[in-house]
Amino acid sequence: MTPQTLILLALAIPVACIGPVLLARRRPDLREAFSLLAGIATFACVLLLYGMVAAGERPELVLGEMLPGLPLVLRIEPLGMLFALIASGLWPVTTLYAIGYMRGHHEKNQTRFYAFFALAISCALGIAFSGNMLTLFVFYEALTIGTFPLVTHAGTKAAKRAGRVYLGILLGTSVCFLLLAIVWTWTIAGTLDFVPGGILAGKVADWAVAPLLALYVFGIGKAALMPFHRWLPAAMVAPTPVSALLHAVAVVKAGVFTVLKVTVHIFGLDLLNAGGGVPWLAGAAGFTIIAASLVAMSKDNLKARLAYSTISQLSYVVLGAMILAPLSVMGASIHIAAHAFGKITLFFAAGAVMVASHKTEISQMAGIGRRMPWTMGAFAVGALSMIGLPPTAGFVSKWYVLNGAVESGHMAAVGVVIVSTLLNAAYFLPIIHSAFFGEEKHDGDHRNDHGEAPLPAVAALVITATATVAFFVAPDWAIGLGGDLVGRAR
Amino acid sequence: MTISEHLPALVVVLPLMAAPACVMLRHPFAAWLVASGTSWLCLLMSALLLRQVADHGAFSYQLGNWAAPWGIEYRIDMASAFILVIVSAIAAVVSLYARASVAHEIEQSRQYLFHALFVVCLSGLLGIAITGDAFNLFVFLEISSLSTYAMVALGRDRRALTAAMRYLVLGTVGATFYVIGVGLAYMMTGTLNMADLAARLPAVIHTSTAQAGLAFLVIGIGLKMAAFPLHFWLPDAYAHAPSAASAFLAGTATKVAVYAFLRMVVGVFGATGILAVAAMADMLMVVAVLGMVVGSAVAIWQTDIRRALAYSSVAQIGYVLLGISLLTEAGLAAGIVHLFNHAVMKSALFLALGSVFLRLGSVRIADLAGIGRRMPLSMAAFLVAGLSMIGVPLTVGFVSKWYLVEAILHKGLWPVAVLVLLSSLLAVVYVWRVVEVMWFAKPSALALTAVEAPLSMLVPTWMLAGAAVWFGVDATGTMAVARAAAAVLMTGVGQ
Amino acid sequence: MEVPGLFNYWMVVVLMMAGLYTVIARGNLVKKIVGLNVFQISVFVLYITMGKITGGTAPILGGGLALYSNPLPHVLILTAIVVGVATTALGLALIVRIREAYGTIEEDEILDMERGET
Repeated sequence: MTPQTLILLALAIPVACIGPVLLARRRPDLREAFSLLAGIATFACVLLLYGMVAAGERPELVLGEMLPGLPLVLRIEPLGMLFALIASGLWPVTTLYAIGYMRGHHEKNQTRFYAFFALAISCALGIAFSGNMLTLFVFYEALTIGTFPLVTHAGTKAAKRAGRVYLGILLGTSVCFLLLAIVWTWTIAGTLDFVPGGILAGKVADWAVAPLLALYVFGIGKAALMPFHRWLPAAMVAPTPVSALLHAVAVVKAGVFTVLKVTVHIFGLDLLNAGGGVPWLAGAAGFTIIAASLVAMSKDNLKARLAYSTISQLSYVVLGAMILAPLSVMGASIHIAAHAFGKITLFFAAGAVMVASHKTEISQMAGIGRRMPWTMGAFAVGALSMIGLPPTAGFVSKWYVLNGAVESGHMAAVGVVIVSTLLNAAYFLPIIHSAFFGEEKHDGDHRNDHGEAPLPAVAALVITATATVAFFVAPDWAIGLGGDLVGRAR
Repeated sequence: MTISEHLPALVVVLPLMAAPACVMLRHPFAAWLVASGTSWLCLLMSALLLRQVADHGAFSYQLGNWAAPWGIEYRIDMASAFILVIVSAIAAVVSLYARASVAHEIEQSRQYLFHALFVVCLSGLLGIAITGDAFNLFVFLEISSLSTYAMVALGRDRRALTAAMRYLVLGTVGATFYVIGVGLAYMMTGTLNMADLAARLPAVIHTSTAQAGLAFLVIGIGLKMAAFPLHFWLPDAYAHAPSAASAFLAGTATKVAVYAFLRMVVGVFGATGILAVAAMADMLMVVAVLGMVVGSAVAIWQTDIRRALAYSSVAQIGYVLLGISLLTEAGLAAGIVHLFNHAVMKSALFLALGSVFLRLGSVRIADLAGIGRRMPLSMAAFLVAGLSMIGVPLTVGFVSKWYLVEAILHKGLWPVAVLVLLSSLLAVVYVWRVVEVMWFAKPSALALTAVEAPLSMLVPTWMLAGAAVWFGVDATGTMAVARAAAAVLMTGVGQ
Repeated sequence: MEVPGLFNYWMVVVLMMAGLYTVIARGNLVKKIVGLNVFQISVFVLYITMGKITGGTAPILGGGLALYSNPLPHVLILTAIVVGVATTALGLALIVRIREAYGTIEEDEILDMERGET
């Protein structure tokens, strides 16, 4: 198959599976089989493409001319490949998990759930493969709107309110800042193509670099940089598979992916470094890392704590990008993958606990590790990855970010990473400790005679936990792609 | 002479002749057949004219073979041909829809009147677009306006009558202002031909007579196009008119008035340079931005969705005027392409709402709860057109926004660009408020009684909603035409 | 009698303002329409006046007349009068319907009733 066909297939299979999913709405087994199959097929396409990209090819597909001089283009480069691998690879796993979770939780409208989930994946892959900023923006907005029904899935008042926050912040930032930045770039550069080394060098006035970059960084609301982070905790009302794949991986990673993309392929590191960088943006990212960790510490609701942890972890990527050292940018791109495995495991575990015991608050979970050893074991692996300890994925990316920061003399950034590591440990380790060694509490609302969550859910979270460790053992593929991004020899 | 040479006259005369035919037939279905057939024929002729212009450039048609500037000249260039196509396309699509909608909303004995008025209005609007004579434009303006007043008055409840009355008073004042403006210009130049006026005005523009003429023109046309703050007639008229009339008018009437503004103020007076000198453009910009923000903000608070859409129209006219006020070719092109884009999406919205009215007898937001599940296809069209109003990529609304912001940034007007984007966020609020109720609320008792709209209404609705996506995915064609049209209008202004 | 040079134009302004004032200030719909008429008529006068040339005669071909009034504005105003009549007729017809529907033609009373309906 030609790479063009593969690109089309990767984008089309998720959308195409919506039809069979809708038709099979009365037969859940069949419906979920379709979802799983589509996920595996999509991942296979992306894997085939990975082979080509790793070999140095940059397949391109022009979809058509949208605005005069501004076509919709898909072009795969290393960073996009990395993101696509994560999003498509974790989709079938999440589907597996969803089978256990959605049934165990007796969720309504499951067909709608699977349909929009597939749509969201297609949009995320579109973002990953975008060849210019316009194409990326198209998929970016589609992803926002496509995930709205997932966020408001419960249909309750709280869900609707959360949906408004979600849509308001994501659309608001993207329309007011991001679109403005894109049109500005277009008027300056006359092109929006992603080019290694950037398109703005020599064209943009010195004074404009910082405000333009700020418009991008804050305009990409999906990166959840404070103060535009509120949508992410709000989105936690969604079913856990949505929180796990979309609001820990696909959607938020689309945000930081775009930040990286803009930094490297629109501005170019040389241009930004020549102007001395934009330290206050790095500062904003550093602030978000610390502040979000502090907020996470105060949350008793497990999903809320995980959400703030995500906000904090996302800003590692932004920070890595804003340090502007090749190593740190590389670390940032690896972090996109590394964080994904750990965080999705954590969310899976949180959802599994919710299904099995109906517990949502951390204070209720004392001793639960003895009843759900697999789940909490996986949780522990995910938590270690968040903290950045070996033998987990988080260690690899943090290593590169720290190295880059030290090499380029950003001691403040080094400090931020170290402090946040301590904070991460402070809010994750107690959960694990009390889960395994705490005394079970007996309150009237929750029974304590439960075991593990349904098998598919447990299987999924074991897979992702294993992947978290495997990433530490064999991170070459991600390091290779990250290295390609900044032009390091493999 | 072959018939194709007379297309410019035919496109206006045919609908005008169809009206008495409708009245004489009296039978609702026969009258509808005539009206709809005429509309589609007009679309065909307009498309042919557009092609002719695209292939061979602008050309003139001397009415009755009296040479311009004494005789009345029809002038067909890119700008007028584009407006012709917009108007006749919306008319053609709405005419399909009108049969079922009118049959439901208007009593049997008056239905033929609606169809007759519809074609008269079409004739007037096409006439405005095609004429090259300032006074002839007034005549067509009044032909379209008078039929519009009557069409609005055919609305279901009695408030339609007062809405029509209000519209009539303000519309007539506007038209009379226009005549005064033309008269004053005529006094100084002795000509009514637009090209001739544009040539002769620069010599006399320093006189207070010519300047007063311009002022009268601006106010007069401003009333007709419902530019803020001269928009008070519009929300009532759109809210109470028959659904088909709302959809037709929302897509065409104010657009054609904007075209008249482009022709007379930018095309004719632009050559004198007074727009820049007398801070006309700056005033226009302030008015446009105010309209954009206030219109959108007021739309948020409406309980009747059609009123919300009407206020949104006021805001959208603000976008167009903003583009014009930049006085650059890019700005003008952005404004012109938005005429088309807005016509498509706003008419689609009104058509979808008309279907809801057909089934529910109400378009109040509370009654629409959960209607998305009962009428999924109609409401999906509403969703698509609504997303386009917001300016989501791959819809026409995005194209407009993109080019408007680009034109503004080229002039370096940062705060204005931010205001445009902010006001488009207001559109998120007033559109999403409705979408949320339609799709994500428990069906109301009223909504449970509804079933999907008939095919004759669904198909036209989706034609427009589909166009909103089609021309959003590939905007190269519309932008090329809009740019050519802008170039025509800018020749006088000479930037 | 010699008429002062700009007398007509002054009358145009007076009529125009009187008409416009009536449209705005009167609540009675019929009076509004009358005001609208007066307003329009002022414009007719404006056009007719500008076509008149002092000492000019009717523009009839033949007879060797060199100085004649401009006929074009007069023709235009014939059209405008037709438009005005149509507008008045439509306005009055609407008023009849309004009277049937509301039982009054006073604007403030109608507004009061409408307020109760929304």
